[in-house]
Amino acid sequence: MKKVIEGSHAVAEAVRLCAPKVIAAYPITPQTHIVERLSKMVADGQLDSEFLCVESEHSAMSACIGAQATGVRTYTATASQGLMLMHEMLHVASGMRLPIVINVANRSVSSPLSIWNDWLDAMAVRNSGWVQLFVESSQEALDTTIQAYKIAETIHLPVMVCIDGFYLSHTYEPVDIPDTVAGYLGDYKPKVVLDPKNPITQGMMAGPKAFQEFKEQQHRALLSAKDVIKNENREFNKKFGRIYGDGLVETYNMESADYAIISMGSVCGTIKHILDEKKISDIGLIRIKTYRPFPNKEIIDLTKNLKALGVLEKDISFGIGGALWADVKTFVDKPVSNFIGGLGGRDIQIEDIVKIFGTIRKEEENIHWVGSQLKK
Amino acid sequence: MKKLLSFGTRSCAGCPASLAVRRILEAVGDNVIIVNGTSCLEVTTTQYPLSSWNVPYIHTAFECTGAVASGVESALKKMGKDTHVVAIAGDGGTFDIGLQSLSGMIDRGHNVLYICYDNECYANTGLQRSSATPYGAATTTSPPGKFSIGNKTFKKPIVQMLAAQKVPYVATASLAYPDDLERKVKKALTIKGPKFIHILAPCPISWRFDSSETIHVARLAVETGMWILCEIENGKIKINVTPSERKPVKDYLSLQGRFKHLKDEDIKKIQEKVDDDWKAYKKY
Repeated sequence: MKKVIEGSHAVAEAVRLCAPKVIAAYPITPQTHIVERLSKMVADGQLDSEFLCVESEHSAMSACIGAQATGVRTYTATASQGLMLMHEMLHVASGMRLPIVINVANRSVSSPLSIWNDWLDAMAVRNSGWVQLFVESSQEALDTTIQAYKIAETIHLPVMVCIDGFYLSHTYEPVDIPDTVAGYLGDYKPKVVLDPKNPITQGMMAGPKAFQEFKEQQHRALLSAKDVIKNENREFNKKFGRIYGDGLVETYNMESADYAIISMGSVCGTIKHILDEKKISDIGLIRIKTYRPFPNKEIIDLTKNLKALGVLEKDISFGIGGALWADVKTFVDKPVSNFIGGLGGRDIQIEDIVKIFGTIRKEEENIHWVGSQLKK
Repeated sequence: MKKLLSFGTRSCAGCPASLAVRRILEAVGDNVIIVNGTSCLEVTTTQYPLSSWNVPYIHTAFECTGAVASGVESALKKMGKDTHVVAIAGDGGTFDIGLQSLSGMIDRGHNVLYICYDNECYANTGLQRSSATPYGAATTTSPPGKFSIGNKTFKKPIVQMLAAQKVPYVATASLAYPDDLERKVKKALTIKGPKFIHILAPCPISWRFDSSETIHVARLAVETGMWILCEIENGKIKINVTPSERKPVKDYLSLQGRFKHLKDEDIKKIQEKVDDDWKAYKKY
């Protein structure tokens, strides 16, 4: 059924369809509309879940870990400071190989305090062993949240679906809501659970002789997510008729491109609009949908005949440059300029992107702060 | 009979934690999920690939025992399973870093028995001061010196705090009174909602007494009135052991290296506090 709804409510619809048995959440702007809607669904009997109003995000993830380890599907959502507070438990969840799903309504991180969108929160936790998916539209947020459960439960790792705070979470768009996900996502059937009939110990201590192999296995599992994500992208298309690139990256206007702009999330919609509007043929867009595991092979293949690239991102890895830029640079041996912008909710406007295109064509490699008001 | 916590854990000689847990599990039985906060107990019983636990067990981190237990209990509820959830954490994980998580668990009314084994310091990291450390005790972060008596504060009144939050059942217990402990655990499990049992856990290493003296020290804590054995059920307090004549606190303090530096006037101050506590408990 197609409806004009808020991005947050699209996510809530996806969660309702996946029917987690335990939801634990703590309110934080701009995530609140997701969990408000879910708690109403539980109150109205549309969703058969325990909704735990926990006293912090740390406890939200802790409660999800406890519930998931006991044998049920779980869900939480957060943003910004909440994700920072939860950070410790993100590592515990992935280390324990629990397929928890979270939505992050991306928001900046203090200080200074900002409630507005950028990716400083998600980027700060990129080493926590989670699959990290970034979406462009509310429809994709809904579809990806459903796929997230399938991916997580296949590879036994948690999945984070990132939606740009406000730009997606608070914006109304037409969204097609499936009647059911039956036939795509089955019941949750964990292999290992806390059960008195078969007592196991979870979350042990591992000494130097054992610890490293746990991490190596975790890394292998995360890399294996690439094929699973691609497959779920196709399977989802078969069932629901919607597809997003190959699941890892999506390309736009790349047919005759000499240059590419690489970015993620909702700003890619603006970039596509400009490419169309201005009938640009020498520049294309590579939208990274799967940030972790990083689509290194795809980036290498897509850029091998290009002259230069630009990476536009709403984050800064202090002391090096953009985190996404650094990742791309690891695999691409040609000029890659970095455009850091949109921090703390500053709009990235059409003129900004047109200017970025001009800089990419210069085939240089510098770090540029989009719209900087500081003296050089 | 299969031991629910195997012998041969990596705990120190005279460790009160494994003694307490064995007795608790005997009372609980095997239809249980154990949620353990980071502590000596976790470190000494779950060294991969060996586990001492013959009941399902989960450990995650330090400050979230109450929240993890909440999740386990909620999942069991949705699965329609009638399994006990017993959370076990130390005093650091309960009084300090885990207090918020415990308070949330209580606030939401989860059907969990939460047990704090209290060795009055961060023993796992090498004896640092917690808010459960008693007045005057020497720890590695509250050492006595020219300008300090040692720990400057009296123990945080956790039992009164939780009773004020209307926990349906709050009790204290002692290793020297194992039947009383077992009875309290069994009783707690008959009550729906959050329950809290607080066990004094004399640690030979941290408190500096001979490892053969664990039970003796635990008993002296009760006999001197430093540890009041009681239970508070729906706000009504019952003192379980009232020594006919309380021994002087000096008998308890002088057995332990952590109090060796105290002067007579310091001991007097502790005696006065204990006397006041008893008056307050009787009034309460």
